[in-house]
Amino acid sequence: MATVKASRVAVSRRALIKGGLAVGAGLVVGFQLPLIGRNASLAQTGSFTPNQWISIDRDGLVTIINSVVEMGQGSLSTMPAIVADELDTDLGKVRVTQAPANPKLYGNPVTGNQSYGGSRGVRDHIEMLRKAGAAAREMLKQAGADEWGVPMAEVDTDLDTVVHKPSGRRLPYSALVDKASKLPVPQNPTLKTPDRFRYMGKVIHRRDTPLKVNGSAVFGMDVAVPGMLIASIERCPVFGGKVKSFDATATKRIKGVKNVVQVTNGVAVVADSFWTAVRGRQALKVVWDDGAGASVTSAGIRQGYADAAKQPGQVARNDGDTDKALAAGAKTVEAIYEVPFLEHACMEPMNATASVKPDSCEIWAPTQSPGGSQQTGARISGLPVEKVIVNTTYLGGGFGRRGEQDFIVDPLETSKAVGAPVKVMWTRPDDIQHGFYRPSTYNVFKAAIDAQGNPIAWWNRIVGPGILIQKGRAQAGTIDPAAVEGVRNMPYAIPNVHVEWVDKDYGIPIGFWRSVGPSQNGFIVESFVDEMALAAGKDPVEFRKALLAKSPRHKAVLELAADKANWGAPLPAGRARGCAVMFSYGSYVAHVAEVSVAPDGKVRVHKLVGAIDAGFAVNPDQVKAQMEGGGIYALTALLYGAITIDRGRVQQSNFHDYPMLRINEAPVMETHILDSGAPAGGLGEPGVPTVAPAVCNAIYALTGKRVRTLPIQPETLKRT
Amino acid sequence: MIALTVNGKRSQVDAPADMPLLWVIREKLTLTGTKYGCGAALCGACTVHVDGQPVRSCTTPLSAVAGKKITTIEGLSAKSEHPVQKAWIELDVPQCGFCQSGQIMAAAALLTKTPNPSDDDIDNAMAGNICRCGTYQRIRAGIHRAAQIKTGGA
Repeated sequence: MATVKASRVAVSRRALIKGGLAVGAGLVVGFQLPLIGRNASLAQTGSFTPNQWISIDRDGLVTIINSVVEMGQGSLSTMPAIVADELDTDLGKVRVTQAPANPKLYGNPVTGNQSYGGSRGVRDHIEMLRKAGAAAREMLKQAGADEWGVPMAEVDTDLDTVVHKPSGRRLPYSALVDKASKLPVPQNPTLKTPDRFRYMGKVIHRRDTPLKVNGSAVFGMDVAVPGMLIASIERCPVFGGKVKSFDATATKRIKGVKNVVQVTNGVAVVADSFWTAVRGRQALKVVWDDGAGASVTSAGIRQGYADAAKQPGQVARNDGDTDKALAAGAKTVEAIYEVPFLEHACMEPMNATASVKPDSCEIWAPTQSPGGSQQTGARISGLPVEKVIVNTTYLGGGFGRRGEQDFIVDPLETSKAVGAPVKVMWTRPDDIQHGFYRPSTYNVFKAAIDAQGNPIAWWNRIVGPGILIQKGRAQAGTIDPAAVEGVRNMPYAIPNVHVEWVDKDYGIPIGFWRSVGPSQNGFIVESFVDEMALAAGKDPVEFRKALLAKSPRHKAVLELAADKANWGAPLPAGRARGCAVMFSYGSYVAHVAEVSVAPDGKVRVHKLVGAIDAGFAVNPDQVKAQMEGGGIYALTALLYGAITIDRGRVQQSNFHDYPMLRINEAPVMETHILDSGAPAGGLGEPGVPTVAPAVCNAIYALTGKRVRTLPIQPETLKRT
Repeated sequence: MIALTVNGKRSQVDAPADMPLLWVIREKLTLTGTKYGCGAALCGACTVHVDGQPVRSCTTPLSAVAGKKITTIEGLSAKSEHPVQKAWIELDVPQCGFCQSGQIMAAAALLTKTPNPSDDDIDNAMAGNICRCGTYQRIRAGIHRAAQIKTGGA
């Protein structure tokens, strides 16, 4: 694989904090027309600005705007490379700035929102960004052709230069800025053929790495603005609880404490330093109204789910006649699978900074949703949305947590109350105990296999809360798509399939946790399919392949992973392999895990071999990085992840009781990329869902014990 | 006032003796490369060197480092030329990057003590540093590469 050495032009602190170029106001264009014409304010400075993504000045400096927030997935590097490739510019010299909140200009062209989740970076933006670059390149070519008085067909480009092919004459882009600026912007420019890609499909180095190895990358936590105070908020330990009263006498006596104010999420201690604010919280006396949530416990939730599972739910899929087929089967398989609540545990605890004044509102935040933050700013400041400035910093992890607005509300309200810019920082316990959790669920399965070992029936009832319904983004009484994703669309060709969902919500705040529905449904589906394969007396890979004849992309990644992992070849004593395959977020992923289990039941994953078909891998090294990261994220959940509730409170508080996988437990990981030529798929999430089932299937192969409740309890795997 | 030397610069810090070194570094000295992750020496994001030893600054009171030499990520090298930094850039180790200052400080301390570490040495030395993005495989490769760079390997 060729390596493109992109120079690491730093995104300056200033550029990141200020959020990039000023943009022309008032251009109202729907998101179905993503390429917006010239930027008036930039054009006046003599730059060539064919659309909202590109500016080339007379000195040849190329600036590309990146809209997708940088939370570790490499978008800051990959997105501009797409533009630069079509523009035919030297990526190493390109300046990249982060888009300000302005959904009209920078919204996702598929969703219309300036909010980043759902593995929507490359896949939703690639077409628009390619067109943006190609349109600019076509205009520069035309300008060159006009300059020389030659036909457009005789003109080409070669890295920041327009070339007249017959004569060999060359003009740098910088010399054509004025001329190109006067040309109409082509709406359907010709895109490069893949054989002409300079960057796409090769290793595109990350431009943020140099800033992340010397401490200069500015995360939300690192923001400093003049006159800023730092606050920490005491929150009701019970979900849904409220402040009844508080006594801040002792808090206010602490040197450095400036103010104590009540806000929506609790009582904010505002101080000159975070440490002082936290000490102020310790001295604070708050009387809480715990509310109805105080009676909720994990045991009660589990019992409630089990009871609800006896009742019919809404039918999410119904093929054939499953009841009849279940009765007719030569063999039946039944199982119950349970998964817990999970917290995201971003390495950077939640935080944000805001300055609210009567006539202005500015936010500095590590947010997945600059657009949502802008709306929140408008709501709290009372100013029009366009007046709210959002500066997106680097995010110390996102995983879905940072698309929420609670941590944006905190500094907005506190700043408004105290009349100064305020940074609100969460402690790690705040972060773990006041999250938006991956839902816990309870899942009943039944299957039937005929006398020839063919599966004839699949019946599954899922019980749990719906994320979209709880957030008011889907109607109560309907099927929450997130709850059934990965089950409703499970790919195996079984003639009778019946899937139901029972909405059971105990009011624990839930949210989008890296890979969302498939994070748990991958585990339950791919574990249960393994149970079926073994009941049918078949090899788990062969059993799946036989049922995937009409799902060639599933089949291809499964074959690739199995082949690369030497599926079926002998292993050292005490080790076994397991496999799983899944579609999520536009991509197909298979994993083969190689596992051992110690006498005390402790599971060790030695190797994870992954295969991914994400259509076309724009930045293969970062595709691998996402598969590696997804693998570790999934293993942490599988081996350790459990948020439990007692009296409405989260019982875990830090990494001692909500542990993360560490380097000494990390497997060797291989990622094999299958470029199928299909449209680009997602990358951040698809690496997660298949890991847990592949490991648990290996555990079964090794021990004969089936893990049906997460996280794994080593004592259940202990050898006696 | 408590005297300490940070990145070769002598400073007098006006802060309570029990204030954790992390907050002295971040808020008093405005060196924000050192991160807060847990406040309980569980994650390693706040790792700095005190007299060359890796230390969790979030649980180290200012009084414990009076008169000592402290190195933060900003002071590891002048122009990111420390072998660990070079290797990290070469292999694009970081993802979100938030834990990486701590990872790099821990890795640099390991290489000082053990110039050519095995995978086991790396696992032992680095197990206190959590990376939620899961860059462990690249951290391992990065440390091996840094060891090579340090001994003049191409």
